[in-house]
Amino acid sequence: MSVLVFVEGLNGEIKKSSLEAASYGSQVAQAMGTTATAVAIGDVHEEALAKLGEQGISKVLYDADDRLKQFVADAYVKVIAKAAQQESAKVLVFSNSNIGAAVGSKLAVRLNGSLATNVTELPKMDGGNFIVTRGVFSGKAFADVNLTSDVKIIAVKKNSTDIISNAGSTATVEKLSADLAESDFAAAPKETVMQDTDGGVLLPEAEIVVSGGRGMKGPENWHLIETLAKELGAATACSKPVSDIGWRPHHEHVGQTGITVSPNLYIAAGISGAIQHLAGVNSSKVIVVINKDPEAPFFKAADYGIVGDALEVLPKLIEAAKALDK
Amino acid sequence: MKILVCISNVPDTTSKINFTGDNKEFDKNGVQYVINPWDEYALTRAIELKEAKGGSVTVLNVGEADAEPNIRKALAIGADDAIRVNAHPKDAYFVAQQITAVAKEGGYDMILMGKESIDYNGFQVHNMVGEMMGIPSVTPAFKLDMVDDSTARLEREIEGGKEVVEVKLPFVASAQQPMCEPRIPNMRGIMTARTKPLKVVEPAGGEAKSEYVNYSKPEKKSGVKLIDAENAGELIKLLRNEAKVL
Ligand SMILES: Cc1cc2nc3c(=O)[nH]c(=O)nc-3n(C[C@H](O)[C@H](O)[C@H](O)COP(=O)(O)OP(=O)(O)OC[C@H]3O[C@@H](n4cnc5c(N)ncnc54)[C@H](O)[C@@H]3O)c2cc1C
Ligand SMILES: Cc1cc2nc3c(=O)[nH]c(=O)nc-3n(C[C@H](O)[C@H](O)[C@H](O)COP(=O)(O)OP(=O)(O)OC[C@H]3O[C@@H](n4cnc5c(N)ncnc54)[C@H](O)[C@@H]3O)c2cc1C
Repeated sequence: MSVLVFVEGLNGEIKKSSLEAASYGSQVAQAMGTTATAVAIGDVHEEALAKLGEQGISKVLYDADDRLKQFVADAYVKVIAKAAQQESAKVLVFSNSNIGAAVGSKLAVRLNGSLATNVTELPKMDGGNFIVTRGVFSGKAFADVNLTSDVKIIAVKKNSTDIISNAGSTATVEKLSADLAESDFAAAPKETVMQDTDGGVLLPEAEIVVSGGRGMKGPENWHLIETLAKELGAATACSKPVSDIGWRPHHEHVGQTGITVSPNLYIAAGISGAIQHLAGVNSSKVIVVINKDPEAPFFKAADYGIVGDALEVLPKLIEAAKALDK
Repeated sequence: MKILVCISNVPDTTSKINFTGDNKEFDKNGVQYVINPWDEYALTRAIELKEAKGGSVTVLNVGEADAEPNIRKALAIGADDAIRVNAHPKDAYFVAQQITAVAKEGGYDMILMGKESIDYNGFQVHNMVGEMMGIPSVTPAFKLDMVDDSTARLEREIEGGKEVVEVKLPFVASAQQPMCEPRIPNMRGIMTARTKPLKVVEPAGGEAKSEYVNYSKPEKKSGVKLIDAENAGELIKLLRNEAKVL
C-alpha cells in the first residue's frame, strides 16, 4: 500500500503545481503510515526528479519514452496504472490541471476508484471515512466529500497546498516501462503549440496575477499591466469583454467561463467585479482593486483598494515596484 | 452525423449559494436554473455542424423533472430531440455511467459536453465517458471542425499552450469558449420545441462512488483597506510588509 503522485514537467523542470501535489501526497502517506512514490513521464531531468525527496517523496518511477513528451491521455493512463499496480497504490494524487484531471478521471474508471477534483485540503481519515474538501459552486462554497471506493483519486487545486522542502533529501529514481503500443498513441496530438510567454509567467501557475478590464480603455494601455507584471514576476490576465473585443488573447480571460486562478496576489485594474469574474478569482489569497468608481462591486471582495484612474495609478505602482529590493 | 449533447442543469451564475438542513443540502430556494454555460457552446457547435453536414442533435440530461424547462430550451435553440434519464444525479461517476448507457444504445458519432459544470466544478464526466466507452475524449476543446466524413480536428487547451488533435469518429469532446457564439432561442424555436420529442428513461443501474457529507462557505473578507490614489506607491509597501505577498 502506498500513495502515488503524478508529477508533470515543463522544460525539464517539475511544475510548481506538481510540487504541491507531491507535498500533498507525502503528507497523506505519512498520515497513513506509508510512503509516497511519484510517477513522472516525458520531459523532466533526472536531477529534478531526485529532488522530489525535498517534498517527502521516497521513490520516483520515470518513463522516459520519447513519445510521451507530449500529452497523450491513453498512454499516460497506461503508465500511471502500471505504476499504481506496481506500488499497490490506494491513493493517487494529481494536480488539478487539464492534464492531471483528465488522467485522473480516466484512471477512476480504469481502477474503479473514487475521484475528487479541485481538492483544497488534506483528507480527514477516521472511522473508515476518507473525507476531502473540494471547491464547488465556482468558488462560492466548499463541499466535504467522502470517497467510498477502495482506491481514492485526488486532484489538488493549484496554490492550495504549501510546498514542503526538506532541504537535501533525495528520492531514488527508477525506470518504468509500460510497454506502450502504437494504438496507445492513436489520439496523439498532431501539433503542440506553446504560448510565447516572452520569458514571463504562465497564468495557471502564477503566484501573482495582474489583470485588466474594460476600464483600461484599450490595448494601447496594456504596457502598464505588462510592466507591472514584469516587475512583480507576475502573469497577466483580463476580464471576458477584454478578450471578446480582442484586446487580449482568450487564454488570458479569467472567470466563470474562463480559467480559474488562485494566486497569492490578484491585482485588478479597471475591472468592475461582476459575479462571473469573481468566480474565477475569489480564492486568491490577497485581492487588490484599482477602480475609479468607489461603488464598483469588486471593492467588496478586495483586501486593498485604490479609488482612482488606473492609467495614473499603475505608473505609480510600477515605480514603487521598481524600488523594491528583490 | 448523429450528435449527442449532454447538458447539466445548474444554478444561474448570479445565484446566491446557500445550504439547508445543517449545511448538508444545497438550498434551491429562489435559485434560477440555467443550461450550464459551457454546455451552450457544445450545443450550438453541434447545431452548426448539423446544419453544415446534415444529421441530428439529441440532448441528454441526467436529472429530475425540474430540469425539463432547460431541456426544452435546448430544443428551442435547435436540438431535434431530447432524452432525460430520470434520476437524482448522485455524483459524476453515476452521471457518466448513465450517459455511457444512452450513448452506447444510440450509436452516436460524437458526444459533446461542456468543459465543466459550474455547480460541482468536476471537469471529469467527459473523460470518464470516453474511458467507459473506450473512445478518445478531447477536453477542453475550443475549436472543432470536420476534416472529412470520419475525422474531426480539434484544438484543446493545455496549461501554457494548445494541442491540435485529429480523431476518428466516434469520440467525446468538451467545449469551452471561443468555440462558437452560443445561440439563444427565437420565437419559432420556442414554438416548435413544444412538439419535439422528449423521452424519459429510467437509469441503467449505476453507482455513486462519493458521498457529499457537508457544505461550507468561504470566510468573509474583513473589509477593504483603501489607499489614497496620490500615494499609490504605499500599496506596494503594504503588500510586502503587511500582507507579505511580495
Ligand atoms: C454567463 C456569463 C458568463 C460570464 N463569464 C465571465 C468571465 O468568465 N469572466 C469575466 O470577466 N466576465 C464574465 N462575464 C461578464 C461579466 O458579467 C461582466 O460583464 C464583465 O466581467 C465585465 O468586465 P469589466 O469589468 O472589464 O468591464 P465593465 O463592467 O465595463 O467594468 C469596467 C470597470 O472599469 C472601471 N473604470 C473605467 N475607467 C476606469 C479608469 N480609467 N480607471 C479605473 N477604473 C476604470 C469602471 O468603473 C468599471 O467598474 C460573464 C457573463 C455572463 C452572463
Ligand atoms: C450532492 C449532489 C447533489 C446534486 N443535485 C443535483 C440536482 O438536484 N439537480 C441536478 O440537475 N444535478 C444535481 N447534481 C449533479 C451535478 O450537477 C452533476 O451532474 C454531477 O455531479 C457531475 O458534476 P461535475 O461537476 O463533476 O461535472 P463535470 O465533469 O464538470 O461536467 C462536465 C460536463 O458533463 C456534462 N454533464 C455533467 N452533469 C450532467 C448531467 N447531470 N446530465 C447531463 N450531462 C451532464 C455536461 O456537459 C458538463 O458540462 C448533484 C450533485 C451532487 C454531488
